[in-house]
Amino acid sequence: MKSTLFSKKNRKLLSDPLGDQNPITIQVLGICSALAITVQLQQALVMAMSVVFVMVCANVIISALRNVIPSRIRIIVQLVVVSSLVVFVDQVLQAFLPDVQEKLSVFIGLIVSNCIIMGRLEAFALGNKLWPSFLDAIGNAIGYGWILLAVAFFRELLGSGKLFGYQVFPDGWYEASGGFYLNNNLMILPPMALIVVGIIIWVQRSRKSFPEELLEEN
Amino acid sequence: MEELVNIFIKGVFIENMIFAYFLGMCSYLAVSKTVETGVGLGAAVIFVLGITVPINYLLENYLLKEGALSWLGERFATMDLSFLSLIMFIAVVASMVQLVEMLVEKFSPQLYSSLGIFLPLIAVNCSILGGALFMQERQYSTIVEATSFALGSGVGWFLAIVGIAAIREKIRYSNVPAPLRGLGITFIITGLMGIGFMCFMGINI
Repeated sequence: MKSTLFSKKNRKLLSDPLGDQNPITIQVLGICSALAITVQLQQALVMAMSVVFVMVCANVIISALRNVIPSRIRIIVQLVVVSSLVVFVDQVLQAFLPDVQEKLSVFIGLIVSNCIIMGRLEAFALGNKLWPSFLDAIGNAIGYGWILLAVAFFRELLGSGKLFGYQVFPDGWYEASGGFYLNNNLMILPPMALIVVGIIIWVQRSRKSFPEELLEEN
Repeated sequence: MEELVNIFIKGVFIENMIFAYFLGMCSYLAVSKTVETGVGLGAAVIFVLGITVPINYLLENYLLKEGALSWLGERFATMDLSFLSLIMFIAVVASMVQLVEMLVEKFSPQLYSSLGIFLPLIAVNCSILGGALFMQERQYSTIVEATSFALGSGVGWFLAIVGIAAIREKIRYSNVPAPLRGLGITFIITGLMGIGFMCFMGINI
């Protein structure tokens, strides 16, 4: 049983979205609600975890129902499933992490129209069994999450000199106390999220092992 | 009146959906290859935002908000249904998109043939749902203000997609490093455009 659960094909489902099939940098899905919350690592982590939860549950539910859902109303069924899960996440965050929830404000709600979730439901969960859908959801959600965390890492480190709210550079380095270092305030502003993602894409595609057919024309 | 213009300008330039909140990025990146399609999608976004936000505003104020149900009688005055707002909004957006598509097809086949393919795309465009959620969060005091906000954000989105499409049409002739082509350079240009738009910050009419 073990060998079939983690067969080569299933492992690929899990690992592909982390690299060469990454939802953000290759498939261009789910960017909408992703970038605005990458100013601090904590927000990004909460967002990534919410997406993992919503995505895994939605994929499993839709996959379990795939033979029952009439194909003409499948979009509405998907929307209902996803939005109920998002409401659930939103209420949990409001109850236990009210300050983070306030900062994330509308972006938790926007998970509903996050194309990555609808995209995977349409493309994968509707046509596959429960277990592969589960793995596919985890893979894609984590592939989404790590880009989010990477962007947030650079933005928080360079923009405010902190990681998870803890100061990284010693006080003496800062210009205010006679040092040489200044935080780059540009990193906190929204446009830098786009540029950081652009650079991540550049680095990823510059690797020799990157499949050539995925490179684009201008 | 001044307040309305102010909200509109703010939506277009300062709180631009793309550059400040990254809403609707997916379709923005996918459909911005030529100016023509960019204009089509941009117009459809203005249209749908202008219709759905006022409807959602009415829903929010007469159904969902705490105390919004008081027109039903004393007993309902303290009801708070705001946890349902997400589901209501997405249902309104999805059904309005469908309805608008049917109406446009019936009454203006010409507009339909130019907007046609983009209308279904809009249902999953985050800027529409985002518009509704921002409207809820910022609590505009009248429906006219909410509409002005919706139109402003729509026009801002339109400007952004037409701008990037024009740049992408031209950039085809330049020699971009191979790994950066397509998605990478589009991201970076959008970032630079965002920095450009930041010079509007603080404008107040």
